[in-house]
Amino acid sequence: MASLKDIKIKITGIKKTEQITKAMNMVAAAKLRGAQARMEEFRPYADKFASVMGDLSGTADPNVFPLMEEREVKKVLLLVVTSDRGLCGAFNANIINASEKFLQSQRDAGKDVLVGCIGRKGYGYFSRQGVEIPLHITDVMGDIQMQDARKAGQQLSKLFLDGEVDEVDYIYGRFINVVTQKPTIKKLLPISATGLEEIEKAEEEGPKAAYIYEPEPEEILNQLMPMYINVQIMAAMLETGASEQAARMTAMDNASRACKDMIESLTLAYNKARQAAITTELMDIVGGAEALKG
Amino acid sequence: MANKLNLEVVTPRKLVVSDEVDLCTVPGTEGVFGVMANHAPILSTLNIGPMHYNKDGDTVRLAVSGGFVEVSNNKMTVLAEAAEVSEEIDVERALRAKERAEKRIQEAKAGREDIDMARAMAAMARATARLKVAGKMS
Repeated sequence: MASLKDIKIKITGIKKTEQITKAMNMVAAAKLRGAQARMEEFRPYADKFASVMGDLSGTADPNVFPLMEEREVKKVLLLVVTSDRGLCGAFNANIINASEKFLQSQRDAGKDVLVGCIGRKGYGYFSRQGVEIPLHITDVMGDIQMQDARKAGQQLSKLFLDGEVDEVDYIYGRFINVVTQKPTIKKLLPISATGLEEIEKAEEEGPKAAYIYEPEPEEILNQLMPMYINVQIMAAMLETGASEQAARMTAMDNASRACKDMIESLTLAYNKARQAAITTELMDIVGGAEALKG
Repeated sequence: MANKLNLEVVTPRKLVVSDEVDLCTVPGTEGVFGVMANHAPILSTLNIGPMHYNKDGDTVRLAVSGGFVEVSNNKMTVLAEAAEVSEEIDVERALRAKERAEKRIQEAKAGREDIDMARAMAAMARATARLKVAGKMS
């Protein structure tokens, strides 16, 4: 049985931890609002981009565009988008586990795998796994900027065009709602016309007008494709950013609750111990008094 | 028939403009062009440069960089990687950027191979567009 003093120290410690988790919970809640707002601000841009790409690629011949070229897949790169910071529950672990599963399935299919990382947590893990990491971008999730997405997009396109990799997929923490975030894998390269058509169908809005294209549609597409990759990466980063804050909020909420439970049970133990001590003391006094009488 | 054009300027950061305008002029890749109400559908890529639109006699000027413009059904959408209204432009920063870009271009011409000429030129164009829009350069 722990002494009274030990229990008291423990209670104080846990109370301090609770203060920290409560504060982190509130900070995460505030940051989540910001991250969610940015995600929503980005959506019209991404949607518009996708719908124009869909319009254009219907006419496109995949063989003309190097970024659409379907090759026999020997090397796959998975871009893992995680957060930079921990203390957000199983959020990063979930993404990493899903990544490992995907990589294993690719290895089983006899393909070589490479990993690219955005976010420190994913990089920290994969740099210990002995896989080749041709690109990593860390410490950007605090303030997500288009230029970081562009950097990743350019490097990935280059790897693809140089024939270093034949397919690029990406995994990120999809933000479903505040309590649910799901690791999701999507294909980035080669850009598939079918993938774009799906988007197009989703936003069908009446008969399409015959556009004047300036310059030629192929030329436009050539310019937009690299940008489209950036847009996709950016969207993934923003979603991961929002998911991270949501996950942290939930994790810190749980931690605060656990603290409260612990404090409760420790206080109970403390009171019991205190009473026991008093009883023992009384017994001693009574015993002493009895002895004197006799 | 409506004689106003619905203009939206969208960037990754925010919806910069959403307004009913009379005329909008944008820097297309194949040349600057103006769009008025009931323009034929058009899809064009954009250069880095100044754009402006007129509304009830007022002119609003913006600096845009990279993206494209789509016009259909009297609705014009400008999708740019960055767009700033003249009042928002940081002149000091643009001036510094211009100097830096000029220096880099000079050095690249002088034979330094580690400088990406295309990037320096793009930086130069962005800075120039901002300064033009801010009215600090003709």
